[in-house]
Amino acid sequence: MLASFIAQRLLQLIPVLIGISVLTFLMLHLVPGDPVSIFAGDKPLTEERAAVLRHELGLDRPLWVQYFDYASHVVRGDLGRALRNQRPVLDSIIEVLPGTVQLTLAALTLAVLTGVTAGVVAALAHGTWLDTAAMAFAILGVSMPVFYSSLLMILLFSFTLGWLPATGQGGIERLIMPALALGFISSALLARLVRSGMLEVLSQEYVVTARAKGLARRVVILRHALKNALIPVITMIGLQLGALLGGAVVTETIFSRPGVGRLAVDAILSRDFPLVQGTVLFGATAYVLVNLAIDALYTLVDPRIRYS
Amino acid sequence: MQEQSLSHPETAGRDVRTGPSPGRYTLRRLLRSRSAIVGGVLLVAIALTAILAPIISPYNPIKTNQRVPLESPSPGHLMGTDRFGRDIFTRVLWGGRISLLVGLVSVGIAAFTGVTLGLVAGYYGGRTDTLIMRFVDILLAFPGILLALAVIATLGSNLRNLMIAVGIAAIPDYVRIMRGTVLSLKEREFVLAARVVGCRDLSIIFKHIFPNTMAPLTVLATLRIAGAIITGATLSFLGLGIQPPTPEWGNMLAEGRGFLEHAWWVALFPGLAIMGAVFAINLLGDGLRDVLDPRLRL
Repeated sequence: MLASFIAQRLLQLIPVLIGISVLTFLMLHLVPGDPVSIFAGDKPLTEERAAVLRHELGLDRPLWVQYFDYASHVVRGDLGRALRNQRPVLDSIIEVLPGTVQLTLAALTLAVLTGVTAGVVAALAHGTWLDTAAMAFAILGVSMPVFYSSLLMILLFSFTLGWLPATGQGGIERLIMPALALGFISSALLARLVRSGMLEVLSQEYVVTARAKGLARRVVILRHALKNALIPVITMIGLQLGALLGGAVVTETIFSRPGVGRLAVDAILSRDFPLVQGTVLFGATAYVLVNLAIDALYTLVDPRIRYS
Repeated sequence: MQEQSLSHPETAGRDVRTGPSPGRYTLRRLLRSRSAIVGGVLLVAIALTAILAPIISPYNPIKTNQRVPLESPSPGHLMGTDRFGRDIFTRVLWGGRISLLVGLVSVGIAAFTGVTLGLVAGYYGGRTDTLIMRFVDILLAFPGILLALAVIATLGSNLRNLMIAVGIAAIPDYVRIMRGTVLSLKEREFVLAARVVGCRDLSIIFKHIFPNTMAPLTVLATLRIAGAIITGATLSFLGLGIQPPTPEWGNMLAEGRGFLEHAWWVALFPGLAIMGAVFAINLLGDGLRDVLDPRLRL
């Protein structure tokens, strides 16, 4: 059942993936001026040289021919070569990918742990100072840009207290701050969602029944209430992964961590267009596939959902 | 023609001619929301200081003064000075003009495009709907800021392109919300009645359907201004938006990053300004949602 659902969804993804590739392909042709100038490097671009380059790069062919050529390379895993070092773009991405995956997963884990805890505590302590404090934390989280929370953490934990290194990669001490900064917004959003979900579930009849038949409060909360309040949280996690991948662009730059986000920003700043196209295409494709995996997760959490 | 607003379940069925007008009713409920009042007042204060920056700012935002570089906050420079001796308070006030402008204009771009596509997709349905929604699916495939990065990489970085980039990245939300609202509205009796009396499609869309989508649209636009301010500031922070010496909250923070250890005030105050503006808009947006459209999940 699940396998056929995934196969069906993968089929539905094909037009989206084609759309992503068309958009990234068109980026080159929407650049103001002559796209050839991007590949010219530092040498002056004369008419003759432009014509030669245009022919070499195949830019003198009809647009649709160029697209099919681009797409046929992409499906074979060839995303072109970076202008700055002539390395295959995919190799550059794969080299830094573990850093982004590690950061995103750490941020997501922290966000889920703190967000769900804060949400449950706020709901159980509804109307008390704990509820107010948890919700103040939540609204602070959604109002604070990642780059600001990152800088404040560096100021506090690196420069003032000297507890954690400010930049670099390797070891858990260099992962804590970027993951906390990146996960803060998601944690705040999750806290709000879990709180409202729990408040709704706690007043349902089956929770009242569970309590009335003498089950321990802990069992009622964890097994009866929280499990049901978590269903919308999984949707949120799917959406938040996109935000985390985007946020990684900022966090990796601030904490000087190698990663796909930083690779994309560096590529844009140095106008390395094949690398820009490659990272954008890779980011969007990865996001779509991860969301598909999260959709599949629904069946495990909520057996009522049947895919047909 | 009098139409019941979708967003006022309490007023449904009530003769609107005898009660307060929907606008006054909404305002009265909004004034009872503490978060909306706090957010609204804070936002008006921030917007006013930004608008009045040329009058109230004590110094020139761009002119350097090498005699007072990196001076800590003092009565002469309330928020201290940056490495070029420029008054940070002045630059925060001026920076607000650009950051708020980016928020407003980009949301305008997103709302105009998204509302038009959403109205057309929802009203006409069929192939038009499929085509538009597939396009939206493709836009949604790009996680948040990645789409804005792609637009900036393509068009180049300046104020206009920054607003376009932030705007394009926000389009899908409007299309989805508008399409959903239109789908539920177009089967309502007042739309069928308009069709029966021979109104043209454009007239039905703009005169009858569009005014009834204002509630979710207002909530969405308000909340998304906050997101647009953050995205705009993020791009400038990364060096891909507004370039120094023009003051903008994001690029001011980027400048302060290098002096964090010894001159924390250079980064602290522009960041507080972003937070204050976003916090105010979120509060106001939450209040507006509670009043206008409590079921809207944003």
